[in-house]
Amino acid sequence: MIILQTDRLSVAFGGVRAIDGVNLAIESGQVYSVIGPNGSGKTTLFNLVSGIYTPDDGSIRLAGEMVTGLTPDQLARRGLSRTFQNLQIFSRMSVLENVMVGRHRHERTGIFADLLHWPSVARQNEATSKAALAALARVGLADSAGRPAGSLAYGALKRLEIARAVASDPTLLLLDEPAAGCNPVETEEIDGLIRSIVRDGITVVLVEHDMRLVMNISDRVHVLANGRTLAEGTPEQVRSDAAVVEAYLGVHGSQEAVCAFD
Amino acid sequence: MAELLQFVFSGLTVGAIYALVALGFTLIYKASDIINFAQGEFVMLGGMTTVFVTLAGVPLPIAALIAIIATTAIGLALHRLAIEPARGASPVALIMITIGASIFLRGFAQIIFDRRFHSLPPLFGSDPIKLGGAAILPQSLVVLASAVVIVTLLWLFIDRTLLGKAVLATAANRLAARLIGIDTRRIVDFSFAVSAAIGAVAGVLITPIALTSYDVGILLALKGFAAAMLGGIGSALGAVVGGLLIGLFEAFAAGYLSSNYKDAIAFLIILIVLVSIPHGLFGRAKIERV
Amino acid sequence: MRTLLEIRLLPALAVAAIVIVLPYFFPSAYYFRIGALVYIFALAVVGLNLLMGFAGQVSLGHAGFLGIGAYSVVIGPVYFGLPSWLCVFVGATVSGAVAFLVGRPILRLKGHYLAVATLGFGLLVAIVLTNEAGWTGGPDGMSVPRLALFNWQVRGSDAWYWIAGTTLVGGFVLALNLMESPTGRALQAIHDSEIAALVLGIDVARKKLTIFVISAMYASVAGSYLALFNGHVTPDVAGFLRSIELVAMVVLGGMGSIVGSLVGAAVLVVLPQVLTIFHEYEQTLLGLILMVFMIFLRRGIVPSLAATFAGRRR
Repeated sequence: MIILQTDRLSVAFGGVRAIDGVNLAIESGQVYSVIGPNGSGKTTLFNLVSGIYTPDDGSIRLAGEMVTGLTPDQLARRGLSRTFQNLQIFSRMSVLENVMVGRHRHERTGIFADLLHWPSVARQNEATSKAALAALARVGLADSAGRPAGSLAYGALKRLEIARAVASDPTLLLLDEPAAGCNPVETEEIDGLIRSIVRDGITVVLVEHDMRLVMNISDRVHVLANGRTLAEGTPEQVRSDAAVVEAYLGVHGSQEAVCAFD
Repeated sequence: MAELLQFVFSGLTVGAIYALVALGFTLIYKASDIINFAQGEFVMLGGMTTVFVTLAGVPLPIAALIAIIATTAIGLALHRLAIEPARGASPVALIMITIGASIFLRGFAQIIFDRRFHSLPPLFGSDPIKLGGAAILPQSLVVLASAVVIVTLLWLFIDRTLLGKAVLATAANRLAARLIGIDTRRIVDFSFAVSAAIGAVAGVLITPIALTSYDVGILLALKGFAAAMLGGIGSALGAVVGGLLIGLFEAFAAGYLSSNYKDAIAFLIILIVLVSIPHGLFGRAKIERV
Repeated sequence: MRTLLEIRLLPALAVAAIVIVLPYFFPSAYYFRIGALVYIFALAVVGLNLLMGFAGQVSLGHAGFLGIGAYSVVIGPVYFGLPSWLCVFVGATVSGAVAFLVGRPILRLKGHYLAVATLGFGLLVAIVLTNEAGWTGGPDGMSVPRLALFNWQVRGSDAWYWIAGTTLVGGFVLALNLMESPTGRALQAIHDSEIAALVLGIDVARKKLTIFVISAMYASVAGSYLALFNGHVTPDVAGFLRSIELVAMVVLGGMGSIVGSLVGAAVLVVLPQVLTIFHEYEQTLLGLILMVFMIFLRRGIVPSLAATFAGRRR
């Protein structure tokens, strides 16, 4: 089933076409990576798909439903979740509370119940807390549950954001540079984490710079340059695509690379 | 027709003061992203200091000069003592600091001056000039002319001098400005000093018409801010246009509707502008990157 | 098993204890008056704190709601013959409705735009109250009919001490409940990162409006009590200086600290009583306090103390 489809998606900022006519067709259950040189529009694409930017042109379909122009919270209620390149952690809250917020769309109490602390609220807090703890355990942060989120190390914060995003039980998860700033060991852990997320039936779309991670884990890869699609295919297809090599390494560099492959 | 013209004259006169306050706001905002609520107090200090110095026997022009210098010094002190130490605070925290400063200066004025209304002698006498069936005070013409002169000088300065360019650079991108060697702290000092001076001049000029007291700062600040918002915060032209427009709206509302609600006009405008055109008439929207 | 410090309602219990025990130390009846005023203002500050400290919004015109509540208990009885106690609820409902109508457009704004919009709102309320003399008695205000409950004329500082104290405890309970609930977590999330909150499915606009309405109602009840207690009300109750006083109480006590609300209110109510010369220097000192705290002690008294003790324990 095609879980995410975009059709000639475009957006321009002050005359610069940040994304120009991009078509995506992502099958559910896959790991789909979006790569490209800096400034190619990867995060802009994520922002479009997650409703933070509104496209000037083109359409977005989520599980067949037309969702162009919906707000991020509306998309979240349709099963979309994401992490951020520059972390958006709730630093004043504890690690556990951060992930509990991730459960928000599954929580069922109203303002009056909350103000009066009906038994339903106590039960909801309990259930949310349990689910959040489970999500933390998956990313290996269960021991830090009570600590203020702002006190965690960078790598741990990245995993916290993933735990929070996964806690919302999405069908589609967008990960924006999950391995950025991570050392090889941490990247290995992220690799394993993504695989376990996909095993649970969640489709993962990845923006990444770490080529080893991308090539190892992806089912399909989409290459962007200057806001346009440069290539799309399996990791092997994309890796040997001359245009892709040239975009990353430049004309001179790509000639060197051709020699390297030989 | 004569009545309309009367309202136009009084509206433009008070609008010129709002324009100068708005200009002060804009200058500081451009250089440092701060909304300075004490702006109105600069106007108050200009007027009140002049009054009390003349009461001590000093001739008016010298008293005015002393007042302007003193107010400029206070503007600088505000930056160095209250704003600089809080560098990096959230915009709301900074607003609260300037509100605190405004209340502090108000209380201070109440103590060292007094709580009464005061006036100053007008520059060219108080006989109104007949113009098209309406009457305009010579002082009003002084206010309008001075506003034009100040705006022109400021524009020339920003456009033609190196320091002016430095202010623009700081306004556009502080970090970049520092990286090319501009002392942004001095630039912000300068913007506070000039805003205070402009405010003080406005205070001296308007006192013969509208009187002054320790209390006038707050309303002036809010209306000046409304003018800056209407024109588009960050736009000097917008500040001037906004100020004149608010002055006119106020005069028409007072004349044709109810003088009781005169002050409400500016606040209604603030709310309407913020809700429908948050970037004002001449401002530009900022695009946030996530 | 939760430790003592983790009991959700601990601050409410502490306040209840204070309310009950304090009178034993009162040298004279006058102190009941001070206590009543502190509790009344603390109620308004709790509401404002939920909005500013907890949810991260700002309201520089909150005294406007104080004013609506205050004038409800005058206009209701005098012009409509309604009993005063009912008017407290009516006032809260009106405040909530006004907050809903005004909040919807302006809560889309952020930072200094929101600050100024709320400032404008507060001033408009004060202007209307001053000008509509036919309803409000104009700048000199009106006298407020005393509260009557079941044929008992509520009069005297000690009666109001208990009424205000009890209501404050109730206000604490509601606030503390809210903070440990799904809505509370959503609000805190909005404070730290609106975009992340949105992406997790939180209807940010709706949540902000909710807390704005709630905080308006807190202020309204406090305003009603103030009017009933003082027996007289003037438009100053909704004025700019009053709004800034409320903000100063929040800042002093600690943004986001519910306990701090009581501390902040206590300091700024008691100080003028202690320093009788304070009246002349009132504005100067208020301005100074605001500046000093926002520059050096942004967290406020209670969180700073808590941090010091937390540091010492290690």
